[in-house]
Amino acid sequence: MSFIPHTPEDIAEMLAVIGVSAIDTLFDEIPADLRLKGLENIPEALSELEVTRLMQARARLDRPLLNFVGAGAYEHHIPAVVWQIAGRGEFYSAYTPYQAEASQGTLQVLYEFQSMMAALTALDAANASLYDGASALAEAVLMAVRANRQTHSRQVLIPRALHPAYRRVVRTLTAPQGIELIEVPFARQTGQTPVAALAEAGIDECAAVIINQPNFFGVLEEVDALTDWAHAHKALAIALVNPIALALLKPPGEWGAKGADIACGEAQPLGMPLSAGGPYAGFMCCKREHVRQLPGRIVGRTIDRDGRTGFTLTLQAREQHIRRGKATSNICTNQGLMLTAATIHLALLGAEGLERVAATCCAHTRLLAERLSAIPGVKPCFSGPCFHERALSLPAPSAAVLKALVAEGILGGFDLAQDYPELAPALLVCATELRTADEIALYAERLSAILASHR
Amino acid sequence: MNDLPTELRYSKTHEWARIEDDGTVTVGITDHAQDTLGDIVFVELPDCGRQVAAEEPCAVVESVKAASDIYAPIAGEVIAVNTALRDAPDTINNSPYTDGWILRLKPDEPKALEALLDAAAYAQLVADES
Repeated sequence: MSFIPHTPEDIAEMLAVIGVSAIDTLFDEIPADLRLKGLENIPEALSELEVTRLMQARARLDRPLLNFVGAGAYEHHIPAVVWQIAGRGEFYSAYTPYQAEASQGTLQVLYEFQSMMAALTALDAANASLYDGASALAEAVLMAVRANRQTHSRQVLIPRALHPAYRRVVRTLTAPQGIELIEVPFARQTGQTPVAALAEAGIDECAAVIINQPNFFGVLEEVDALTDWAHAHKALAIALVNPIALALLKPPGEWGAKGADIACGEAQPLGMPLSAGGPYAGFMCCKREHVRQLPGRIVGRTIDRDGRTGFTLTLQAREQHIRRGKATSNICTNQGLMLTAATIHLALLGAEGLERVAATCCAHTRLLAERLSAIPGVKPCFSGPCFHERALSLPAPSAAVLKALVAEGILGGFDLAQDYPELAPALLVCATELRTADEIALYAERLSAILASHR
Repeated sequence: MNDLPTELRYSKTHEWARIEDDGTVTVGITDHAQDTLGDIVFVELPDCGRQVAAEEPCAVVESVKAASDIYAPIAGEVIAVNTALRDAPDTINNSPYTDGWILRLKPDEPKALEALLDAAAYAQLVADES
């Protein structure tokens, strides 16, 4: 099929056939005030040379900053071979497959990704990725409400110690379906979500409880007790997890007496560059009994009639091309290229390599927190155990401190005052395996000087 | 022509309904419907005790091609479902009118069954659709 734009003659001919004088008439039902009147504030077209000059001038304004921000997007080392392979034409150009025979290579990558994620989370099944971690969590909430046969409740408990952007995305995607999110506070002392706080939400039954490990503050939750509480109250347990942290922590499938029912999260730490916020990829895994409610697609391994191994799309029960108007997943595509990188990244690291990365992140963040807490007025917000992020309270307004740090070439952390005024002034800081002891010392030195000047 | 038992009643949406001796009504999908859907791989059954209105979706039959709603031919309470379909959904392909039944209703109004199509009218409907 060739994609040639319609000529004015083509358009005139088509309009004549349906008896309409102008294209605008076709959009009559859209109120005039909702229609775009042309693009304002867009300058005249430039030549290629002019565009090149402009882009180079803009690029020169960028300078690399020393990054101590995590808050849901993490700077990790990506071996060069990851994108060397993912960028090969066979992978780079392959769109999400609908047909079983579309591409055995792509299907095998999806299958390997599913297998690795199921192994990491200790759950039975995984889909072949979703848009990102936040939309994966929203889909997990929708899935839990559908899958829960024990209660008709449409209430879901969501910790306040969960990523603020994720909470907003989940609210946007679930509220129109009559799902009520009930926010559960964190303990001011530990930064954890106490089991008692779930009970204090004051509901007899709920469809699901979201359990975030580690939570937004980097603090580790008592996942066993939270999972057991969920199951005792007829709720499904939804785990929101960092895949790197899973190398060291107990996997969701083993939480509590029965294990979490669904696990989801952001796959960006597995081989995807920060890239100004995207594209990223969400993952989602579940117990076998819920697999038919899983959004997206599952690739299976089979043998053909000659006994040769082959890969095929086996399950996509919630998707539009199977369920049409009754589709229960909004995810019509997956992040094929991103999860290709994640699969290669995981395969290169192996279980041992992943564990080494996780342990190094943990140690570097501990060092960072120690060095920064030695500065007068800086202290940890919480006493709970942490993975690779810490919330620190400051003796000066966090926004001003961050701005002063940027002038020194340092991205000093996430300003918690924006979303948690009760903690202000406070920063969320992170040191992955990429931050060296020297860089950590430099940060401590500059922060110390900035805070001294604020006194 | 597909198999069409004359003692059954049929809906325009391709369900069949059979009134049992105890006044309950058994519901399934027609031979034509299963043939059109192809290999059935999953059946989503309703909970017993659920009250359904006539023409309300009350189950889902999924084939390799598509997922299709099953509509209640008449109003009533779901009093039994064919749990054997959970392990062997293809029973609907092999035996749509007997072993492949889907659910049983206690009708609100047994006479409502008379408003459904008889075999001849349903055969005409299928012929008109094709």
